[in-house]
Formats: sequence, C-alpha cells, structure tokens
Amino acid sequence: MRATLPLILGAATLACATQQPASAPAPRPAPATAAAGADTSVKAAPAAGALSLPNADPFPSTYHPFPSRTTVIRNATVMTAAGPTMRGASVLMQGGKIVAVGMNLDVPSDAVVIDGTGKFVTPGIIDTHSHLGVYPAPAVDALSDGNEATNPATPYVWAEHSVYAQDPQFPRALAAGVTTIQVLPGSANLIGGRSVVLKVVPSRTVRGMKFPGAKYGLKQACGENPKRVYANRGPSTRMGNVAGWRAQYLQAEQYRRRWDRWLADRKGEPPARDLGLETLAEVLRGNILVQWHCYTANDMEGAMEVADEFGFKIRSFHHGVEAYKLADILAQKGIAASLWSDWGGFKMEAMDGVRANLALVHAAGARAIVHSDDPSGMQRLNQDAAKSIAEARTLGINITEDEAIRWLTINPAWALGLDDRVGTLEPGKNADVVLWSGSPFSIYSKAEKVWTDGALLFDRLDPSQRWRTDFELGFVPQVEGGR
Amino acid sequence: MTHFTRSTLAAALVASFAAGVPAMAQVVAITGGKVFPVSGPAIENGTVLIRDGRIVAVGSNISIPADARRVDATGKWVTPGIFNATTSLGLTEIGAVQATVDLSARGQGDGFTPSLRVWEGFNPASPLLQVTRNDGVTTAGLIPRGGLIGGQGAVIVLGDGSLGDVLLKGPAAIFADIGSKGSDRGASRAEVYQRLRAVLAEARDWPRRRDRFDNNESRPLAARPVDLDALQPVMRGEIPLAIDADRASDLVVALDIAREFKLKVVLTSATEGWKVADRIAAANAYVVVGALNNIPRDFSTLGARQENAGLLQQAGAKVVIAGGADAFNARNVKYEAGVAVSFGMPWDAALRAVTLTPAEMYGVSDRVGSLQPGRDATLVIWSGDPFELYTRAEKVYVRGVEVQRPSRQDELMRRYKSLPPDYRKQP
Repeated sequence: MRATLPLILGAATLACATQQPASAPAPRPAPATAAAGADTSVKAAPAAGALSLPNADPFPSTYHPFPSRTTVIRNATVMTAAGPTMRGASVLMQGGKIVAVGMNLDVPSDAVVIDGTGKFVTPGIIDTHSHLGVYPAPAVDALSDGNEATNPATPYVWAEHSVYAQDPQFPRALAAGVTTIQVLPGSANLIGGRSVVLKVVPSRTVRGMKFPGAKYGLKQACGENPKRVYANRGPSTRMGNVAGWRAQYLQAEQYRRRWDRWLADRKGEPPARDLGLETLAEVLRGNILVQWHCYTANDMEGAMEVADEFGFKIRSFHHGVEAYKLADILAQKGIAASLWSDWGGFKMEAMDGVRANLALVHAAGARAIVHSDDPSGMQRLNQDAAKSIAEARTLGINITEDEAIRWLTINPAWALGLDDRVGTLEPGKNADVVLWSGSPFSIYSKAEKVWTDGALLFDRLDPSQRWRTDFELGFVPQVEGGR
Repeated sequence: MTHFTRSTLAAALVASFAAGVPAMAQVVAITGGKVFPVSGPAIENGTVLIRDGRIVAVGSNISIPADARRVDATGKWVTPGIFNATTSLGLTEIGAVQATVDLSARGQGDGFTPSLRVWEGFNPASPLLQVTRNDGVTTAGLIPRGGLIGGQGAVIVLGDGSLGDVLLKGPAAIFADIGSKGSDRGASRAEVYQRLRAVLAEARDWPRRRDRFDNNESRPLAARPVDLDALQPVMRGEIPLAIDADRASDLVVALDIAREFKLKVVLTSATEGWKVADRIAAANAYVVVGALNNIPRDFSTLGARQENAGLLQQAGAKVVIAGGADAFNARNVKYEAGVAVSFGMPWDAALRAVTLTPAEMYGVSDRVGSLQPGRDATLVIWSGDPFELYTRAEKVYVRGVEVQRPSRQDELMRRYKSLPPDYRKQP
C-alpha cells in the first residue's frame, strides 16, 4: 500500500503512512508504540506518502511516556467509568498501564504506595473541545492562530501547525486533572480544518504532545459564526452554510473516486493531490472523525442531512445547547454531544441553553460529553457535570455519579476514537489517572495528583516539581501551592 | 440640601418609592434551620421571624406569634440572599444582539460619561431575572461597562415590579476602568492616569468654578458639566469610585489616585491583587474579585491565580467575590465563592464576600446582606451548603415575598423532558 507521489508545498517530511494502524486493535499498543512514531527521520523512500490513504499520518507523534514507577493508590474511592464505584479500593499502575483495580491486589514490593484514604480516583479527564495552543494565553494577535478565516472552507489546514507548545494554559489544564485534549481550529469557517489530539504534557515540540495513533478530527461549524464572518462574500445565511458543505463534499466524492480508482491498480500517473479534498475524502472513508460545532436543533438537523447525503458519520456535535431537543435522534444516529452545563445566552443561537442539557441527552440514550471550549472551564468539567446532575434531579431524572463520570472520561474518549486506550480504569488501559482530594462532584475538590501513562506529572503537594512553560519564566510569578 | 445635585435628588425620590412592597401584615417564621446571619455566628436550629417583609427576630429562642405562618427549614441552611455585586442583569439579554445590550455610553463623552445612569435601561421583564433568583441570587449590582469613567451603577433586588419597585440604591458607585482596557483604546498607561486625574481635579474644583462657568468666565473644562455634576457624590466620599484594573502596578496607581482625591475606592477585577494585598488592606479599599480564573489571559493578568480572594482576605482587605458577570450566569457567583474556599478562603469569609460585604460596599447593608432585625427579609433556604453544586435554593424570599417560579429555562426543560405530543418522535 505505498504510493509515490510528488511533494507539494516544499514539505520535507513524508513519513510512511502505513506503519501505524488506523485504530489500534487488541492487543493495545505497548509503550513502544510511541517509539514507533518517534522515528522522525525523513523517509525519502520512494514509497513514502500520506496521501489519501486511510489514516495517512505524515507528522506522527514523537511522544514518549515519561519515566514512571510502579504505583498503587490504596484505600480510595475509585470511579472507574466502566462500572460501579468501588470504596476502599486500590489502583495499580505498572509499565504505563493500569494493571489492576480492586479490593485485594497483589502489589509488587517496589511499588510506590499512595494513601488514598478519603480521596477519589478517576480516569484522566478528556476534553473534546479545546483551543489550547492555537489560542494561547496571553491572547495577543501574534499568537492568535486558531481561525484561518480567509475562506469559508479550509479543510487543508491542520490545527497542530498552529499550536504553541509553551502555552501556559497547558499546565493549568493538567493541574485540573485533564490529561487528553482535542485541539480544534476555531469556528469561523464552515470547514475549519483538522484537529489534533494532544496529551497534556511538557514538550518542546507539538509532535511530542500528540497522542500516538490518534485519529484526526475535522472541525466544521454551523450557524451564526460562518455567516457572520463571511457576511460580505458568503455564506451569509444558513442555507448558504448548508450549500457550502454540500459543494465541498461533492468535490470530495469525485476526488475520492478518482483516487480509489488509481489505488485499485496504481497504473499511470497518480491523480493530483489536493490537501483539502484529501481531508474530506478521509471523512467520507470514515477515517477522520467529524467534530461539528452546532448550537441549535435546526443547525444540527442541517448537518445531519449533509452527513446522510454524503454517507459520512458525525462523531460529535459540539456546543449543542439545543441537543436536548433532538436527544432521541442523536441517540438513534449514534452521534455524541459535547456540551456545557450552563454556558449560554451570549448569542441568539445559544439562547435556549439549559442546565439539564447533558442529563437530558444522557437520559435519551445518547453519549453526553462535558466539553469546555475555554481554558478556565476546562479546569472544572467535573463541576459542570455536577450542575447538570443537580438540575436533572429537579426534573425527576436521576443520574448517578457512575453515569456522569463517563461524560468526562470514556464518552469523550469515544468521540476521539481512543476509547480502547483511555477513558476508564480497566486493566490494559493507559494509566491516565487522577487522585482527587474529595468527590470530583464537589466544588471543594481538587486534583491532587495526576498520572499520564503511569508517570506522575502533577503533584499539588510538591510545588517544586511544577511544570512551568517557557513563557512563564520571568513573566508569571512562581508561587507556592500552585495556582 | 444645597449640595444635592439634581441626579442624587432624583435618585432619592426613586429610592423612597422603592421602599418595600411586601405582602402586608404577614408573619412568617422560618424554623429549625441552620441560620447564617453573617453579621454574627451561625445558629443551629435557628428561627428567622419575618413581619411585613422585614426581619424582626433571629435566634434560637424566638417566641413565635400564633398568627405566624411556619416554614419548616429543618436540615436546611438559611442565609441572606446572594449578592452579585457586578452584573449586567436586566441590562443585557443576548450578548451578540446589540438591541438587547444596554451597558454603556456608546460613542459619547470621550470615555468620560459618569452621568450615565446605567440602571435606567433596566428591563424588569428580562427572563434571566427569574433564572437568577431561582438560584438564590437576590441582589445585584448593575454596573456600566466601557469608558475611562463609564457611568453610575445601582443596586437592585430581584423582586417583582418595575425599576422603581426593585431599586435599592442608585447611584451606588461610579465605575472607572484603567489598565489593560484603557490601553486597548490606544492610550498608554500614563496617559490614562493623566486623563483620569485631570477629570477628577476638575470635578473636585467644580463646585467652586461652576458660577464662573455659568457666567462664561471659565476656561475650557476637562469634562462636560453634566458629568462633573455626576461625580460630586464620589468627590464628597458619599459613594465609591470603582476602578477596574488587574496589573499590580495599576492597582497601586488606583489606590494612589483615590488617596490624592480622598475618595472611597473599590478595586474591581484586581487579578494581581494578591501581590499588593497589604496595600489594598491598608487603604481600606474594597476589592471585587472572582475566583475561577487562573489564566494569564493578557499581559495585565500574568499573575492570575485562584488563591487571589483568599490571599486578599488573609491580608485584611475587604473582599467581595463577584463573577458570572454576564447576565446568563449571574447565578453562578456562589460557585466563585466555593472555588475561593477550595483555594484557601475560610468558608465564613466567602459567604460574607457574597452577602454582607458587597452590601456594605454599596451602602445598602441596612437593607440586605445579613439576617438581623430591621433588615429586609431577602433571604434563601438552601438544601445544604449554598456553594455546593448539588445544593438547591429551595425557597427564595425578597422582602418577605417568595419569588421562585418556573423560568424560561425551566419551561424549556419541562417541554423536552418527554417530547410533547405535537413534537412527535421521528420514525
């Protein structure tokens, strides 16, 4: 499955696209997977090419798990996101993986023992909607790289090429228990570009943060934003928005057919590459997960019509303040909903936001996800979940914490196509683990320790080890106890 | 009465009409709850006795009149209504729809519009008022936005009726903005300070110069006469000048300016307040801060940390916790208080920071902010700790009147909890 294709745009590196499987089948990738992706040497091999092949991956992750020690958290309240809460239970991490969760574990004698008495353990929090790095702090024009607002359809841009790895928002997210995030282009465009899934880890390079083997997402945006941004050149209406997507996917179908024909026998000159259509063709093949910003029921309806017409799946709606109005349809179509509990009102399409949105979507059987779209909100997705649980009670809907913890962990993992690797505390999963000072559904609780792939990357009790980005040095005072 | 300006006279008139429209001759006894008067220690199994919309007794051994309607608050917590000191409630509905946004003097006065009385645009029919009070927020500071001195703010209670019915005090403060937002308008910091000082100096001298101005003998003024009039209550120290700033050095300048002109000062936003907490405390200034934000979102807020409120309180400053500034989430100020607690502020201090301290700051503590005889019965019965996420405001009283009713959001949720028949399920 190799193709010789011309380099365009002077791209110097085209790594082998087929060395990494699309979605890691069992057995789950060992830590060595990261090493596989770590080979950044230019593969000048004639067969190199990322080009319209499933999961083409020209810029693979160079992330390596940080050094870890075998660690057991003892006597904690453990919320696995895969089953009922266990009280007085232990979690054993070894070799970067969850090895065991339960009451009476055999713990290696060299294990670091953490007393979890009175504390809670959950999987690392996953945020499907972030602009960390592409809209870093401080918010200055020079670093504002989230919207390629020069054309309503920019499927050719990749968010990873805008990420500022020294964004001081990253360590703050980690300190709140967030271990995996999807960084998306902004919502100015109908088609905003590819997302990138990052681990929230210190790194000189963006590739060093990329989640190895994660699929790409494609950001698309409904409603007011595109029609406002492009009011003068179009689209300036919602019907213009829908026509805009249809026109793009018509081209993508043709492009995909052309490539599929060539790939079948590889005879003659390969068709010309088009970066944007390549991305859309991958959507049509199901290899890129569509992440669609839509607020209102009618905008979601339009999006689903486009997806049905062209035969692709929407993985998750984002923002969806009216998702509760279509919850049964989302459930039926298997579309997740990345939502806030109570952001709304800031524009017309956000007017009908209600606090029970998450709960109503969940109760209808759809995948509810708490997302942030905000560096501060990202630090309390757990609190957002609690607000929605509380509101649902007033409606007579009882959501258990065991259900709601999934809104923060395994459901977003599914939306990113990573539910086989993260999102629960089950043996074999990556050891992305948070120790909370109390129930994550209490406003008084804080993430106390955070492990990523078994490595302790945040410890609130040890400020001396605190991750400080390059930006912060000299600018942001170092303080005791974190911030 | 000679030094009453027209505006303060008008405000006094409005205020006198606003004084209380509770159901008359009603006696209510809230019994059995854990009562937090804020002005004194918590009372287990306490009683709050209300007559004609006012609190007449608070304690553990209150004799309850025979005609009293009893409200059993056993197992509940009773606090003064939450006071969100800096909101746009009733002044903005949908942020991006300008026709529903009445927050500022748009394009007049060169940044100086202290005569703007922002509460005059208050919309008592805003659906967000019901959303907010259902969550236990009963009292709100309505503040103007924009401008170096943007205008006057007021205090309302979230009761029923027209503006005149709900206005507690207006003007309650005048709002200025230095620091990053001043610089955003293209002015340097020094320029912003210079312009602010020039206007304040003019306002200070205005009572002496006014006659000459009226006789056309004056040099050009640094601000419009109507605005110089409006600043007089601030210059006399009757109401505070609230100055919005974040960088520690800007906060110090704000304190300096207040001292130079002998003003009562409130610092709002004050992201780096913790760095100069001792100076803020020594100046006896109020400081209005949130607790959720730790993002160095611009070069004025590089020291942002969630411990800010707690550190300021520890230094002895008079801390008001605000936040949830947009009208939609004005209800969430209690969660700011909860986060302040989790980052080091004592719980009692956090409660005070969203009840009595803002009332004192605006000069309305004789009416709201604490549970004491003589105060309005503007209070909340909670299912538990008001800062906790699962806690519900079970009964909300404004001047003795229960004000909870289904909000627009409640109606939406109920409509979609199960699909109504006319929204038939899709095949």
